[in-house]
Amino acid sequence: MAKRIDVSDLNVYYGKFHAVENVNMTIEPRSVTAFIGSSGCGKTTFLRTLNRMHEVTPGASVTGKVMLDDIDIYDPSVDPVAVRREIGMVFQRANPFPTMSIYDNVLAGAKLNNQRISKRRADEIVERSLRDANLWDEVKNRLNKPGAGLSGGQQQRLCIARATAVEPAVLLMDEPCSALDPISTLAIEDLISKLKENYTIVIVTHNMQQAARVSDRTAFFNVEDTGKPGKLIEIGDTNKIFTKPDKKETENYITGRFG
Amino acid sequence: MTTTDSSATARIPKGKRRLGDVVFAGSARGAGILILLILAGVATFLLIQSVPSLMANTGNFLTSTEWDPNTNEEPRFGVAALIFGTVLAALIALVLATPVAIGIALFIVYYAPRRLAAILGYVVDLLAAIPSVVYGLWGVVYLVGELRPFYGMLETYLGWIPLFAGPVSSTGRTMLSAGLVLAVMILPIITAMSRDVFQQVPQANREAALALGATRWEMIRMAVLPFGRPGVIGGAMLGMGRALGETMAVAMILSPSLVISPFLLQSGNQTIAAHIALEYPEASGFGVSALIAAGLVLFAITLAVNMGARFVVSRRKEFV
Ligand SMILES: Nc1ncnc2c1ncn2[C@@H]1O[C@H](COP(=O)(O)OP(=O)(O)OP(=O)(O)O)[C@@H](O)[C@H]1O
Ligand SMILES: [Mg+2]
Repeated sequence: MAKRIDVSDLNVYYGKFHAVENVNMTIEPRSVTAFIGSSGCGKTTFLRTLNRMHEVTPGASVTGKVMLDDIDIYDPSVDPVAVRREIGMVFQRANPFPTMSIYDNVLAGAKLNNQRISKRRADEIVERSLRDANLWDEVKNRLNKPGAGLSGGQQQRLCIARATAVEPAVLLMDEPCSALDPISTLAIEDLISKLKENYTIVIVTHNMQQAARVSDRTAFFNVEDTGKPGKLIEIGDTNKIFTKPDKKETENYITGRFG
Repeated sequence: MTTTDSSATARIPKGKRRLGDVVFAGSARGAGILILLILAGVATFLLIQSVPSLMANTGNFLTSTEWDPNTNEEPRFGVAALIFGTVLAALIALVLATPVAIGIALFIVYYAPRRLAAILGYVVDLLAAIPSVVYGLWGVVYLVGELRPFYGMLETYLGWIPLFAGPVSSTGRTMLSAGLVLAVMILPIITAMSRDVFQQVPQANREAALALGATRWEMIRMAVLPFGRPGVIGGAMLGMGRALGETMAVAMILSPSLVISPFLLQSGNQTIAAHIALEYPEASGFGVSALIAAGLVLFAITLAVNMGARFVVSRRKEFV
């Protein structure tokens, strides 16, 4: 189920603007990798190249290579749709389908993969995914109400349920907890710990404690100046990054000293 | 503190009414009232003018299909066939135009390269600029002849469906031809409305679908069409309002008769608007008053459809 991602010499451009420069990293299966770094350093940009979502942005382009196990996902013969079914994504801003009920939102992706799900199976998927996302108790009595009627944090958990309902090999999460209260945040962190037994997980976070709590490995990104490309400064075991990182920049960021 | 108090109140002027505001508010209100007055005036005119013939009518105005009001004694007339024809023509136009309009709008917004999309949008808008009499000419001089063999095929293969039962009109001047031309005429408005709502689908929703592994078509079904549906329905109903009242094209194309006939390939049927245009020059006795009564019915139908459209379009605002 879980797959390894191997990134080599990856550059991302928005038109002429060089947004991310020369990233090399390996994302291990059955583990959680956290991306940290200041705002605007290219974490979201880089994350989106891992399931070819960057192609949706007009003008965005990529050079380099991303391997999912032994498949080069940028190979012309590879269908981006197939890549995205393997590599799911939770966005920085919650985006449930406004015209769908909570129930249908959870099932949206599952139905794409398998049009004819029995009602029993569908109910099971919905309940399991919502329980995992710590949302079940809050919505079990209004599954047929629109997903857009939920609070911001509930919507984000609904999106997490929607992404896990399809059981992807890799799950990319872009600041999934930035709109959540501490209890839901803990629930999502529990979910992440549980999911990593079977999946490969990447999580972008601005919360250092969260990175330290949930991740096995941490990647630190930084950008020298606005207008310059963001870079991967270092990646390593979370313990090591948070206690004795190789680079001075990483240490400054972790300890809250900038400059 | 005490000294600044008085100067503070002096600095904030009392709410006074500025001349520009007053003039603008007044003229805006005046224009609004004027529209209402015109509308009420037209309705009253139709009502008052139609009363004499309706009082004298010896037939049933709503259920009769006869039209014999051109006399000073005992006129007999009814709008049943006309209502049927009007609604039928508009429905044919709607059924033909809506899927095409949705297709064009989706193509413009999601498939076409930018340049082509701009050109296509422009061409569709141009269709709206063609006067209806020109559509009528095109329809009767060219299109009906071209459609004739196609109607023959329809009858051969689909004749078992009552709608397409023969014998096919030898001129091709049928309800289906009229509906087809009406469809072309209402295509631009439905396309424009659909294109607008499809463009408004939030990027976040489209990305949500794509990230789940939706193909472009699945993304459209999942995120675009449900979001755009109220707008498309509103556009379709506005188009239908136009088709209901369309006069010249129908009057030129259709070879009319006052019957209630569901056979689209045979000549027959007539719409209210075309009937008024064709009958008016010949009207005498209670004739004009009877035509005005028919006009009142058309006014009511169109008003109902337009209000329905407004209702649907305004409902989608709550959704977003
Ligand atoms: N669609 C786009 N077009 C052009 N430039 C973009 C686009 N999206 C992002 N950028 C630029 O790319 C750089 C990286 O942005 P990105 O969103 O990846 O940062 P981030 O690390 O995710 O920041 P945050 O922590 O605030 O989410 C920024 O300079 C941003 O202005
Ligand atoms: Mg970001």
